[in-house]
Amino acid sequence: MHIVIIGNGISGITAARFIRKLSDHQITVISAETDHFFSRTALMYIYMGHMRFEDTKPYEDWFWDKNRIGLKRAYVRKIDVQEKRLEFDGGEGMSYDKLILACGSTPNKFGWPGQDLKGVGGLYSYQDLENMEAYSPGLKRAVIVGGGLIGIEMAEMFHSRHIPVTFLVRESSYWSGVLPAEESAMVNRHIRAHGFDLRLQTELKEIVDDGSGKACAAITNKEDRIDCGYVGLTAGVRPNIRFLEGSGIETQRGILVNNQLQTSAKDVYAIGDCAQLHEPMPGRRPIEAIWYTGRMMGETVAHNICKAPTDYDPGIWFNSAKFLDIEYQVYGDVRAKPPKNHQSIYWEHADGTKSIRIIYDKDSKEILGFNLMGVRYRHEVCEKWLRDRTNVEEVLQHLSLANFDPEFFKQYEKEVIHLYNQQSGRELKLRSKRRLNQVIRFLTGS
Amino acid sequence: MKTIKNTGLFLFVAALLVFTLSITFSRHQLTAELLENQISKQYHREMIQQQAGEVLNKEYATNITFVSALEPILQQSKDALDNASGVDPAQGVWNAVNLPEGVSEWEYRMSDADIKSYLFSLTKYSAMGLLPGRASLFFFLSFILGSLGALMYFLPDLLLIPGIKNNQIYDSTATRGVNFQIRMVFLLAVVISTIIGGIFKALILAILTIVAGGLIIFFIYRHHKKKNIDNQKSRTVSAPKGSGWIGLAAVTYFIGFYILLYFYPHYITNWTLMLDPISEALGGSPASQWFLYGFLYTVIMIVMGIRMLIKYRHNRYQLVRTSSVIFFQIAFAFLIPEFLVRLNQPYMDLKNAWPLNYSMFFDYNIDSMVGGGTPFAIAGWSTSVGTIMFVWGIVLSLVVVPLFTYIYGKRWYCSWVCGCGGLAETLGDPYRQLSDKSLTAWKAERYIIHGVLAFAIIMTGFVLYSYLTNSSQILIFDTYQVRSWYGFFVGSMFAGVVGTGFYPIMGNRVWCRFGCPLAGLMGIVQRFKSRFRITTNGGQCISCGNCSTYCEMGIDVRSYAQKGQNILRASCVGCGICAAVCPRGVLRLENGSADIDQRTTELKALHISSDGITINA
Repeated sequence: MHIVIIGNGISGITAARFIRKLSDHQITVISAETDHFFSRTALMYIYMGHMRFEDTKPYEDWFWDKNRIGLKRAYVRKIDVQEKRLEFDGGEGMSYDKLILACGSTPNKFGWPGQDLKGVGGLYSYQDLENMEAYSPGLKRAVIVGGGLIGIEMAEMFHSRHIPVTFLVRESSYWSGVLPAEESAMVNRHIRAHGFDLRLQTELKEIVDDGSGKACAAITNKEDRIDCGYVGLTAGVRPNIRFLEGSGIETQRGILVNNQLQTSAKDVYAIGDCAQLHEPMPGRRPIEAIWYTGRMMGETVAHNICKAPTDYDPGIWFNSAKFLDIEYQVYGDVRAKPPKNHQSIYWEHADGTKSIRIIYDKDSKEILGFNLMGVRYRHEVCEKWLRDRTNVEEVLQHLSLANFDPEFFKQYEKEVIHLYNQQSGRELKLRSKRRLNQVIRFLTGS
Repeated sequence: MKTIKNTGLFLFVAALLVFTLSITFSRHQLTAELLENQISKQYHREMIQQQAGEVLNKEYATNITFVSALEPILQQSKDALDNASGVDPAQGVWNAVNLPEGVSEWEYRMSDADIKSYLFSLTKYSAMGLLPGRASLFFFLSFILGSLGALMYFLPDLLLIPGIKNNQIYDSTATRGVNFQIRMVFLLAVVISTIIGGIFKALILAILTIVAGGLIIFFIYRHHKKKNIDNQKSRTVSAPKGSGWIGLAAVTYFIGFYILLYFYPHYITNWTLMLDPISEALGGSPASQWFLYGFLYTVIMIVMGIRMLIKYRHNRYQLVRTSSVIFFQIAFAFLIPEFLVRLNQPYMDLKNAWPLNYSMFFDYNIDSMVGGGTPFAIAGWSTSVGTIMFVWGIVLSLVVVPLFTYIYGKRWYCSWVCGCGGLAETLGDPYRQLSDKSLTAWKAERYIIHGVLAFAIIMTGFVLYSYLTNSSQILIFDTYQVRSWYGFFVGSMFAGVVGTGFYPIMGNRVWCRFGCPLAGLMGIVQRFKSRFRITTNGGQCISCGNCSTYCEMGIDVRSYAQKGQNILRASCVGCGICAAVCPRGVLRLENGSADIDQRTTELKALHISSDGITINA
């Protein structure tokens, strides 16, 4: 059987690797972007000079041959799902028995005048990085549109080369659709401490052409003109599905898939950023363009093809990011605008760059989520508490088990408990220590 | 801020220039008075004076011409004394048969070690001119000004917001490294000239100078040419094509320094002149080249350690660890041995464990330690300070090292205590990203380091055999010959010239990763029976590769982290930088015994089953 995978990002490559683990099928991975898999999340580090491109490749180049994973550098122009055939730019073609679409996303553009000028771009692909690189020499200012994770990455990138940045955020606070108010305010402060020109409640109106087809300024909805040599468009991403038009594969915003990640066409699957679930799990979005879900989908689809049909189950939500120097981790159900039954304990360090938020159900006291800034928590421990719907007081008394900060770091669990005691009138005390042996015993139930 | 930094850089470069050139800032003259002061053995002194002829009282403009005049005289004196004592290799007579009444053989005859020592002290104290009268001025201009300049360059970083500061590491010609081919050219040049150098050492310097000089000129030329053609794109996103020419210059400088230090110390006597007052104050004797090395090593570790403390001031693990290596260098490697000598006890670095300390069981070391130093009695059992120190050395090597490695992993030694590790973590920090992460490098590493370990054990076994039986022959091997091979190939060339010299192109742990027999030994303990591991935080890894890039030991940390597997490698020195640079809080160094026999299982890997995907297996 010949399994063809379109896209060599984390979803496609995970699928390929697990298909190889589970079977002897012929595998071909097609990409128009790069010859080999690299970590998209590390693009920023190449620009900042922390890493070279080859350092972002998780596998050495011999890995693919050794594991009999065929790599093909081509752009798929058309898919014929009846004949089970792909057509490449340039006319060549390829047949498949099973097809996995893992073609990722593309940066959102909202019809801004000038959005296709030179010196305008998003940050998703290797080519986007090359584009940023090409306009960087001599750049006097960059304007970045969109207050999400990619926006702040792009801002950090320019900042690393001492290029001044104006950061336009539509909302009243950075990433306030996802982060609770206090955490969002913390990031605002941190962005400004780094010297970025952060403009909240500001939208892009148009990008000005310098006469040669290149961007020279951005105009905001407040009619401010910001002269700049580069405009970064980072207002989210959308599934990259334009090449599927006319293929008969059912799409909406993304490629529609059932719980086994099958599309409407026979033997065609879709995974990762481009997939849109018909029936997402309660509390989850139909499209989740993040690394971890891409990886889980890749693993699931491999299992589906090579073994028994298995439903995609992303488990308990988790994610992480880094806002300049502040790390962020989230486990479970943490919302920017919490529903009535969500009660939270929010502790923030006096220096304003670390915080711990623990969310629980007001009535049942069951633990619902953890939101952490500048503090690391242990995934498995948080997950076990969340899965077991542990009582928040039980969690608090053993909170040290979750602490994942490096040795000698100050621990703040006592302060969190103190805060809870103040709010609830209880007198809880820490009953566990941050010891690996205790953690192992807790996790293995011994 | 930029002005302060640039001024600091200028001061440092100026001081480095003064320091480097100062080895030539002297004229030399051999006088009878000098011989009187420097050579205590009467027969040697008289013979040298007799052989000196017109060299005596003649002024030489540089130390190079002086050494080339003095060296043959010392050799002739040795031959003449041998002759006079009746030694005649042609007739098979190897020992003195004709000595003056009551004079021992080596009071009369000159050994090769005597020649080296006389060459050094006669050159050192025959110096006149620019530097010798103003040694403290030059000490200030080089050591003090250089340190101050470096600190001026580092201190302004305190004004930045704390966090990971690796910006532009791969844009800098000092830290970006060179490509594989050039690295191999350099390495082969050193290896080949080392092997030949066993016969004729001057070749090392000559071959290296030619290779290095040619490459540097080539890169500067290419660098300028590229600028002119390609001014549209200032840099590419792809790999540097070996344009790290400041790094190459640093490699050449380091290698040159080590070769002078180990094999031609008589050319760097002016540096030791600068340090005489400090050496006298501490140990009570003038500075040898080893004192110079120890002092320089300590100063560099302090200054670059301050840089490290500033860079990682947001990370307490790094602060504690860096302070610890600096402390052990200052106290254990530098000051305590000097004080021991001052107090008439044997010289010993009390933290230096066998087999890194490969001379621990050499006959001369055992003789000076056992029964050496002040005698005293415990519970009616009489012993001496030297004996106790020697016993401590054995206990450290055979009990403390494996025990602590079981409890904490080898990091307790390699990145908390060890001097080699200390230099790597301070001076070497800007180069940590240059270690080779390929599978090939890992394979080579395992052969080489365990090869050195086997060599060290066999060599020590031979030496002990000879010590106990008084026989210097085992099978076809002369144990003294084996011992000197180890000293030259491993002790000098590998640990020094390659181990430190290659920092700027092969990363800062070349010696620790490929060569150190102690690291090899602890690695075996760490891999098979230790509580230590680096834990991966569930499924949080995004495969970005920062951990692997900044692993100085060339461990592909990411390959484990992205599978959710713990990292358990023999080579890991537990520096903790992978955990520090991880943008997602994925890695944690920790110890625990609860799962000691299952540390390597994929316990925490993402796992798929009929119940869906879970994190625990």
